[in-house]
Amino acid sequence: MNPAGKHFALQYLREETLQSPFCPGCGNGIITNCFFKAVSDLGHDDLSKFAFVSGIGCGAWIPSPHFRADTLHTTHGRAIAFATGLKFARPELEVVVISGDGDLAAIGGNHLIHAARRNIDLTVICSNNFIYGMTGGQVGPTTFYGDRTSTTPYGNPERPFDLSRLVAAAGANYVARWTTAHPNQAARSMKTALERKGFTFIEMVSQCPTAYGRRAKTGDSTEMLKWFKNLPVRKKGEAIEHTVPTHQGMDLGVFADRHEPEFTEAMEQTFGQLGEIR
Amino acid sequence: MPERIMFTMGDIASAEGALSAGCKYFGGYPITPATEIAEWMALRMPEVGGSFVQYEDEIASITSVIGASWTGVKSMTATSGPGVSLMLEAIGLAVMTETPLVLVNIMRGGPSTGQPTRGQQGDVMQAKWGSHGDYQIIALTPASVQEMFDQTVQAFNLSERYRVPVFVLADETVGHMRERLVIPDEKDLKIEYRKLATGDPADFLPFKPDDDLIPPMALLGSKYQFYATGLTHDYRGYPTDKEDVQLELVARLNNKILHNADKIIDLERFMLDDAEIAVVAYGTPSRSARKAIKEAREAGIKAGMLRLKTVWPFPEDALADLASEVKHIIVAEQNFGQVYYMVKAAAAPTPIHLMAKPAGMPQLPHEILDKIREIDSL
Ligand SMILES: Cc1ncc(C[n+]2csc(CCOP(=O)(O)OP(=O)(O)O)c2C)c(N)n1
Ligand code: SF4
Ligand SMILES: [Mg+2]
Repeated sequence: MNPAGKHFALQYLREETLQSPFCPGCGNGIITNCFFKAVSDLGHDDLSKFAFVSGIGCGAWIPSPHFRADTLHTTHGRAIAFATGLKFARPELEVVVISGDGDLAAIGGNHLIHAARRNIDLTVICSNNFIYGMTGGQVGPTTFYGDRTSTTPYGNPERPFDLSRLVAAAGANYVARWTTAHPNQAARSMKTALERKGFTFIEMVSQCPTAYGRRAKTGDSTEMLKWFKNLPVRKKGEAIEHTVPTHQGMDLGVFADRHEPEFTEAMEQTFGQLGEIR
Repeated sequence: MPERIMFTMGDIASAEGALSAGCKYFGGYPITPATEIAEWMALRMPEVGGSFVQYEDEIASITSVIGASWTGVKSMTATSGPGVSLMLEAIGLAVMTETPLVLVNIMRGGPSTGQPTRGQQGDVMQAKWGSHGDYQIIALTPASVQEMFDQTVQAFNLSERYRVPVFVLADETVGHMRERLVIPDEKDLKIEYRKLATGDPADFLPFKPDDDLIPPMALLGSKYQFYATGLTHDYRGYPTDKEDVQLELVARLNNKILHNADKIIDLERFMLDDAEIAVVAYGTPSRSARKAIKEAREAGIKAGMLRLKTVWPFPEDALADLASEVKHIIVAEQNFGQVYYMVKAAAAPTPIHLMAKPAGMPQLPHEILDKIREIDSL
């Protein structure tokens, strides 16, 4: 609560757009809280230094229309490309993309790895619920092998991406994976991500009891939070080996933590001297 | 399989139509209001020994469909506005390489993300002109659950016969409404299959048309070792920048559809024989129009309907004939006027009145009746 007796997050929200459209028990509210905790810890009283970009899906509705900030709600999969243009034009803005796993890693997968490769100064927060939530529960690029979904009624024959390993390998400066059962660790990682130059990626494993839990039989949101709570946490600096995520075998923690040159700086180094000729 | 009766939605009827037509490959991506087609295919395809794959996006979906079709497997995808927009480049490739495929577009509210769960008929022009370049395409416009089945079967037949992508353009209401569906005994269905290459592979020319303008198709993995490209190509399939080859190829791609328009076009004439006011409609608005016309008749107004069950190729001749039969034409469509402009071009100088409604709820029967009364009083 802040002095006015209001929840601290309300200063960042358009109250007239509430309640959120999320189902009861959805993890997206916890992700919102974690993010605002990071913003508040960084000393921001409002979101005037930020710009938000989201794609299409439930995860994408975290910022839009709810955050009291400049926000673009874009097309499915392309949020990072929109954000890249925005960042170039207004580099002083803290540009944050918040969207779902399907949006960012299936239809938007190409933009995700290329933005990480460029190491452009964006923060991407992925609400990973292992499913296409908004369209009612179809298999996605993070759905576990064997899971039943509305388009894998006999079980999923495909293997999931490990998003954090993928983005770390593609060149991001900071990558961490937490869950909605780890709100403090998640808020700390989001704070690091916002402070860090270069491409930063926070994977937030999140419960979707409606579209995932029901068919994949992982239980209601309480049971899913218990499941997340028991996931292994990586040791600091532990080597990153290839693994295929499974229900129990999905490690949490930090996957990349480095200070490689950021893209707009690299642009400046490459083209800087031309400015004098012009 | 013997005759089956279902009480089901248009989306599922379309999927069943595809299966009855012999479709064995579905590549798709979820999108409201077409997702139920993919979900039904995910369930049913393994049962019939076919493949269902959900891809990472619509571009992968349609391109995989083209790949599958070249092996001789009847293939389809289903999507809605934003997905169609992403598929358009590949549709051009399918046109150029003369690849049979069926694309079901359950039209939702646009532009952009628009209103995913509401219907519209905003993609009629997109279906015809969406991909770049000059080409003809076929688009069917069902208005009931039964027609979603029947016309999906027909879409496969036409795509096989003319080696062209065929759209099933249904508005969301038709896709999601539930009605009785009769799936005929398979021996009562007319199922067509593409004309296949025969003869010696040594002197085979994969893009040399027969007299009907359609080249027999060699299948990938058969003995022909042909070559297909989206570049302008000669009879051998080899790329060329020669002007005469471009002219002949593009003319043929257009003419194989236009010269057969009378065999493709499907229209229903409802109470038209003595009509003075004709409503032109397709999809859900045609259902409202039917009721409105019956009521207009009861009120002594001579109204009728020309219902378009196909919109592309456009039935220009039928509209010109209609214009000479009636005093007024009302075009009722769930957009700001798309077919309207085609009707205007074909049916001038008869007065053409647009009844546009680019919103989730189609024109209701009493609204069309009011319009008929208004025109009648002119
Ligand atoms: C081009 C395009 N294709 C498909 C859709 C339909 N669509 C809307 S949301 C969504 C899935 C979102 O999944 P995810 O990003 O995981 O978000 P979630 O809802 O699970 O949070 C899809 C496929 C669309 N809007 N645009
Ligand atoms: S469908 Fe899932 S992700 Fe979407 S709001 Fe409901 S619980 Fe959350
Ligand atoms: Mg998701």
